[in-house]
Amino acid sequence: MAEPTLVVEDLRTWFHTRAGIVKAVDGVSFSVAPGRIMGLVGESGSGKSVTGFSIMGLIDPPGRVVSGRILFGGRDLATLADDEMRHIRGRRVAMIFQDPMMTLNPVLRIDTQMIEAVQAHERVGREEARRRARDALGQVGIPSPEERLSAYPHQFSGGMRQRVAIAIALLNRVELIIADEPTTALDVTIQGQILFEMQRLARETGTALVWITHDLSVVASLADEVCVMYAGRIVERGGVDDVLDRPAHPYTAGLIGSVPSRNQRGRPLQQIPGVMPSLLALPTGCSFRPRCAYADGACTEDPPLHDFAGGRQARCAHPLSGATP
Amino acid sequence: MSVFIIRRLMQSGAVLVVMSLIVFFGVYAIGDPIEIFISPEADQIERERAKVALGLDRPVWAQYFAFVEAALGGDLGRSFVFNIPSMTLILQRMPATLELALSALALGIVVGLPLGMYAGYRPNSIGAKAIMAGSILGFSLPTFWVGLMLIMIFAVDLGWLPSTGRGETATWFGMTSSVFTVDGLRHLAMPALNLALFKISLIIRLARAGMRENMLMDYVRFARAKGLPMRRVVMVHVFKNIMIPVVTVVGLELGSTIAFAVVTESIFAWPGMGKLIIDSIQRLDRPVIVAYLCIIVLMFVIINLVVDILYSVLDPRVRLSEARN
Repeated sequence: MAEPTLVVEDLRTWFHTRAGIVKAVDGVSFSVAPGRIMGLVGESGSGKSVTGFSIMGLIDPPGRVVSGRILFGGRDLATLADDEMRHIRGRRVAMIFQDPMMTLNPVLRIDTQMIEAVQAHERVGREEARRRARDALGQVGIPSPEERLSAYPHQFSGGMRQRVAIAIALLNRVELIIADEPTTALDVTIQGQILFEMQRLARETGTALVWITHDLSVVASLADEVCVMYAGRIVERGGVDDVLDRPAHPYTAGLIGSVPSRNQRGRPLQQIPGVMPSLLALPTGCSFRPRCAYADGACTEDPPLHDFAGGRQARCAHPLSGATP
Repeated sequence: MSVFIIRRLMQSGAVLVVMSLIVFFGVYAIGDPIEIFISPEADQIERERAKVALGLDRPVWAQYFAFVEAALGGDLGRSFVFNIPSMTLILQRMPATLELALSALALGIVVGLPLGMYAGYRPNSIGAKAIMAGSILGFSLPTFWVGLMLIMIFAVDLGWLPSTGRGETATWFGMTSSVFTVDGLRHLAMPALNLALFKISLIIRLARAGMRENMLMDYVRFARAKGLPMRRVVMVHVFKNIMIPVVTVVGLELGSTIAFAVVTESIFAWPGMGKLIIDSIQRLDRPVIVAYLCIIVLMFVIINLVVDILYSVLDPRVRLSEARN
């Protein structure tokens, strides 16, 4: 297997608020290889977006990456100075955001916003930069890209805007794209098209993808590997088929159980009882303990990370039987 | 667009009619101008002759219709006091006021915008707090008091700047203004600063609020994720968005600055329209008052129109909705 594009080791991103320290990301490790797609799954507030922003170096005070390493291209991004990080953002690592209505500047034309992304990293003329912008728009399936370049964001539909955002990510042949729920705000048919195109892109260009989502069906159809996050930690990781077919962690099993499917017509959906605890007042030991049907005295200690067959890992004292140790 | 302009012109016509009615009958109700500018020793015959000469012997509605008839022909009447067309009188004074108001506004933008943007960019810095404290002073100190203090410090104690009057003027490309001579600038400095103080504070507040609001928007984060230098994010992306409210408010302020430069003009004996209108009100010089107000109304109409047009230049979303109508 090729050298991984990105290795995150024991990443901790904490927010020092007046109410206390919020450990939004607390000891997260994973890696992505070129051309592979890693799904980062979790509920709202599990720390998955903060993980993405930490890799981009876009954590603003009071937040800070307090420890851990983000190895990319032989360097540790967590230690880079602002200016060095700027040269990596957009040129080697790109990010796509959740809400396409908000990510493009409403008062600047599409060509301005694309050309500046090229010229921020390379000394190329306006014409050349514009040509590349046009090609990128064509690549993501925007009809008559030449005319659309002169349009303003409000003249695009939501799906088209997200395509523009993806095209911007593609401008500089990045090695890694972090996609923060990019299809959540779109309807299913558009979502399907975009997922298909991203998958093709990863295969063809060898770009590694970190796909942040709360939608397991997206992960099932798109990702190669999956990490399940809960309260700032990864509770389970492994190949996408292994994890989704035979979850080892009760939380993963709960997530899978709450997805509506046709096989369960008429039966009430299973749901995970309770809500995610406040990151300011996490229970001792396993954070999922209060909501877990299997919890007992052993869970008050920090659960160890168990290794399973096929390189899977789960952080649980009572892993489910489906997974073979 | 042309429909919009025509509608706007019709509205302003109505405003002109209502305004002239109110002023005409209002001044009539205050008192008889004859009593003010005829000498107390004059006998009854002289009084009657003066009344007939000025048309004040007729009933007020007849006077009004005579005024309207003449005004439609472009004649707004002759000043009772100076016996020259009131329009000529006002136009003589207009350049001085325009020069003062525009200098004050330019000062407000040049000083206020950078300070406000800085205060919004680093809201917790000592500099930002000092700027905000200063802007509270700018808002709350009465103009006349600041004017007197300026005279006391810079004219009386230090003797750096002249305290009254408009300095030497020079003509440049057909424009006669004191901005083109050193002596004129020295005379202009204090009144312009005095008048600008409120505007500086206002623009600081607007720019700061806009900056803080926009820095949290997703488009800023996305622009940073593209690897743009912070300078470009602030000076292009955020700046264009801040300019929308600033242009609106500054435009409307220009009108009121011209109309109400009265206090500053009085303190610094600036020979502008504000001084003229105060004198005219004291002498019940009705033609001058009415003509002045007509000009002010016209000016507000034009300024509002320019602001609307500028607004649509800055905000592409406004343009589209206009086109749809």
